Amino acid sequence: MAEHTISFNPDDRYNAFLKVCEKPSFGEGKLAGTAIAVKDNISTQGIETTCASKILKGYVPPYDAHAVALIKNAGAAIAGKTNMDEFGMGSTTENSAFGPTLNPCDVSRVPGGSSGGSAAAVAGGMVRMALGTDTGGSIRCPAAFCGIVGLKPTYGRVSRYGLIAYANSLETIGPMAKTVSDVSLLMSVIAGHDRKDTTSYDKPYNHTPSADIKGLRIGIPEEYFGKGVDPEVAASVRRAISRLEELGAVTVPCSTPSMEYALAAYYVICTSEASSNLARFDGVRYGLVADSKKSWHAAYQEIRKQGFGPEVRRRIMLGTFALSSGYYGKYYAKAQVARENVRKDFARLFYEVDVLCGPTMPTIAFKLGEKSDPLSMYLSDILTVPVNLAGIPAISVPCGRVQGMPVGLQVMGRPFEDERVIDVAYAYEQAVKP
Amino acid sequence: MVTEKDVEHIGELADIGIDTTELATFTGQFNAIVEYFDVLDRVQGDGAVARDLYNVLRDDVVEPSLPQEEATRNAGAQEDGFIKAPRVM
Repeated sequence: MAEHTISFNPDDRYNAFLKVCEKPSFGEGKLAGTAIAVKDNISTQGIETTCASKILKGYVPPYDAHAVALIKNAGAAIAGKTNMDEFGMGSTTENSAFGPTLNPCDVSRVPGGSSGGSAAAVAGGMVRMALGTDTGGSIRCPAAFCGIVGLKPTYGRVSRYGLIAYANSLETIGPMAKTVSDVSLLMSVIAGHDRKDTTSYDKPYNHTPSADIKGLRIGIPEEYFGKGVDPEVAASVRRAISRLEELGAVTVPCSTPSMEYALAAYYVICTSEASSNLARFDGVRYGLVADSKKSWHAAYQEIRKQGFGPEVRRRIMLGTFALSSGYYGKYYAKAQVARENVRKDFARLFYEVDVLCGPTMPTIAFKLGEKSDPLSMYLSDILTVPVNLAGIPAISVPCGRVQGMPVGLQVMGRPFEDERVIDVAYAYEQAVKP
Repeated sequence: MVTEKDVEHIGELADIGIDTTELATFTGQFNAIVEYFDVLDRVQGDGAVARDLYNVLRDDVVEPSLPQEEATRNAGAQEDGFIKAPRVM
């Protein structure tokens, strides 16, 4: 099928790529000849895939993730594997074992994370499109910080087969690009049913973005403009929402009280799932090699200490703690109730409004090294994690600049209404187009 | 309050390989994060989960799979086509 090749030699001054494919082949289809970068936690047959972790150094997957197989079938050329926070754990891409990615808009700042390499590869003009993954904002955060478009699809709409799991009840693969049309095009290729993912839902995406949003009801949750949100970022997003009103949308003030504990619930659930999912990295089947002469625990502890970075070890331990006897009821069980409350909050609001709008991130991109304390890094995810807890679709589209740095408008929609959040983002993008 | 001893124990359970020089830092960070988690004490509700989808299963029939050679290729220690693991006993 692969009949042609392209030459791909980017000037990767941002450390966006962990691996560049210099002569990728491509075939026929609606992505024919398009260079697409793939986040390094998505399996690519024959191309090293490390999740930006030392523990997977040298691992070459024997198969493609379903989303990768689909983009190849559509003619895409795999341009390479992009840098990320190790296993997706972080919001800056500084937690990569292979050095941070820099923000193309200002190289003294982070690109956001965890799909920071994918965002920088697109924003820096190296590729037209990229695949990212979003567990708690990992597509939307870097899209906002780098000034590009990123869609976190409805949970179940894109197969997770071949996505190396970190927190599988929360995460999804999604498209990133400079324009809403390109995000929509890539989504049309990767969405659809896959029997190899038991959480896959049979809902293909065949949509052409429409800028007609007359009569659309937009909820504005007060919590998205509250404490911790930079007033200049909030003002920029409010101006974008006014623009949507000028296009015929109606705004409705509303509230999501479950935001109070959504972030805590998210971190309990994602670390708990991580502690289980990452138990497979033991130096036996792939990556770093455990000393088989040592006893089981000694060999595993040695390899995991050597192979995992500090944030990964911290999250594995936090999850182990949250699931341990005596604490399970206080943390994990409560987090599941909180998660259901978040879902109910969204469901209630979506009776009244068609979409919700707010900032993607509470601030502009941080300076490199600014978020050295883990809790302060976690707190920056407050506006993105509720979407993952509820499994709904959300998009980040650029809406102006603060201190010269891009700001993202986040549009959240009902489950399986990815088309509608795309349309709202498209309407805004077209309205402000120079 | 999480103590250094607790963190050491959790590190053992998770096979994470923690050494004594790291304990103080991890314990401090743990306490800040776990204190933040205490907001969950205020969560109300029964958590009854309403779902319209249940387990999706397929028929138990043999399907094509990776050849043994490919499936084991990434394992560092091998013997006679099998993966070699550390001793359990």
